[in-house]
Amino acid sequence: MKKLINDPEAVVSEALEGIAAAHPDTLRVSFDPAYIARADGPVRGKVGILSGGGSGHEPLHGGFVGRGMLDVACPGAVFTSPTPDQMLAATQAVDGGAGVLHIVKNYTGDVMNFETAAELAETEVVSVLVDDDVAVQDSTYTAGRRGVGATVLVEKIAGAAAEAGRPLAEVAALARRVDENARSMGMALTSCTVPHVGTPTFELAEDEMEIGIGIHGEPGRERVELEPADKIVDRLLEPILSDLPFSSGDRVLAFVNGMGGTPLIELYIVYRRVAQVLGERGLKIERNLVGNFITSLEMAGTSITLLKLDDELVQLWDAPVDTTALRWGV
Amino acid sequence: MDVAAWVRAGAAVLEQERDRLNRLDADIGDGDHGANMTRGFKAAAERVASGAPAADALRTVGMTLLSTVGGAAGPLYGSFFIGLAGGLRDVSDADADVWATALEAATAAVQRRGKAEPGDKTMVDALVPARDALRGAAAGASLQEALQAAADAAQKGAEATVPLLARKGRASYLGERSIGHQDPGATSTALLLQALAATADEQ
Repeated sequence: MKKLINDPEAVVSEALEGIAAAHPDTLRVSFDPAYIARADGPVRGKVGILSGGGSGHEPLHGGFVGRGMLDVACPGAVFTSPTPDQMLAATQAVDGGAGVLHIVKNYTGDVMNFETAAELAETEVVSVLVDDDVAVQDSTYTAGRRGVGATVLVEKIAGAAAEAGRPLAEVAALARRVDENARSMGMALTSCTVPHVGTPTFELAEDEMEIGIGIHGEPGRERVELEPADKIVDRLLEPILSDLPFSSGDRVLAFVNGMGGTPLIELYIVYRRVAQVLGERGLKIERNLVGNFITSLEMAGTSITLLKLDDELVQLWDAPVDTTALRWGV
Repeated sequence: MDVAAWVRAGAAVLEQERDRLNRLDADIGDGDHGANMTRGFKAAAERVASGAPAADALRTVGMTLLSTVGGAAGPLYGSFFIGLAGGLRDVSDADADVWATALEAATAAVQRRGKAEPGDKTMVDALVPARDALRGAAAGASLQEALQAAADAAQKGAEATVPLLARKGRASYLGERSIGHQDPGATSTALLLQALAATADEQ
């Protein structure tokens, strides 16, 4: 294992110390229990927006804390759900009197920990599950679809709605609408190594790739021979487009995400093909996002997310956001 | 039964088997079950004092696991120990019958939290046979013998997860590819019940 760390067991806490040191004006970091909150919160009368999950997906979720997005993020150990005591303290810390929305990615551990926290919370809590990964067959015989790229879009749009003073039920309904209208699929060129484990999560040969990878290195649909970028994009787009389904005339937000180890220059090669294919299909890309926003440590690879837009979602997407990882309109 | 001794024994065996549990988890999950369980049980061993009433000690273990393990194992093992505590409340000298009742409560708590049934390739596949073996042995056996029967049944149950298709948790994403691997959660459950039987044997 070759990593820029001091101690595999201290990765999350030392990163939190770095975040606290870098952004003292905008973020307030609690170490025990661990959470990253807006420095100017809780905002009286505003719905609090809380998300969280295992660490290792940065900038998700801590990088999205700030005006117009999350009020607080709970980081777990790397690739491990945070715990109910963290979520409870974080819920309390951002309760401005209008209730708190929990944005939960659909993983067994996250769901169980968030459920426990919601049961124990004294504040009014509504939970929204994000489950946009079409690589997983949506079946009663699995844990259901995983929450991946759409999480970023849900957090932005729910955050904008809360900032505009919308009540908890409406903010939750908007978050669900984003999840229902978004579909994603990812792929990996290389594995990643969880610091406290020390060895790669899986093995991929030099000429292989994993299609349908999850954000923790969970295996996907199939392992195939490496192909040119355009062919890979076609492989990812086909199941996304046919699942919702997206059809000619739809307005969409196209999100090309890097898994952490893929340079931006390659992500734009991916976006180039996404724009070509969607153009051919008659879809209108009204907004886009390209970059590393929901990652898997140093994994090389990409994921593509499409969100079907309407006027209200466009307006909320465009609303000002002021976080370390997403910032516009400020 | 000294819960603190059991938790120390559990922490030791998890530490010993840490890499194997990580490897089992890497086969069908994300490869950190051994690391997470070791972290949780070390913390629990530090917080539980020898000689504390069993129910109080078990509840402390459960709350500690809930706040230190993370993942799915945190809430599941948290529920397990808090469920055991419920079954042992107000009991000063727990015999095999009391432990059988407590293990029934703990198994029910795990199933409520995780919604898994036997055959789903989870820790329930070790717990349910252990629960049934303990109940079956409780009438005629000493506490130690009954707990050993439960531990043996858990071990068999864990081994029997190898040919199963995972229907819960991250392993379920693998579908057919989950077949042929032993479930890490069932394996850690068997290790902990083995530690329980060994602790009872020493006392």
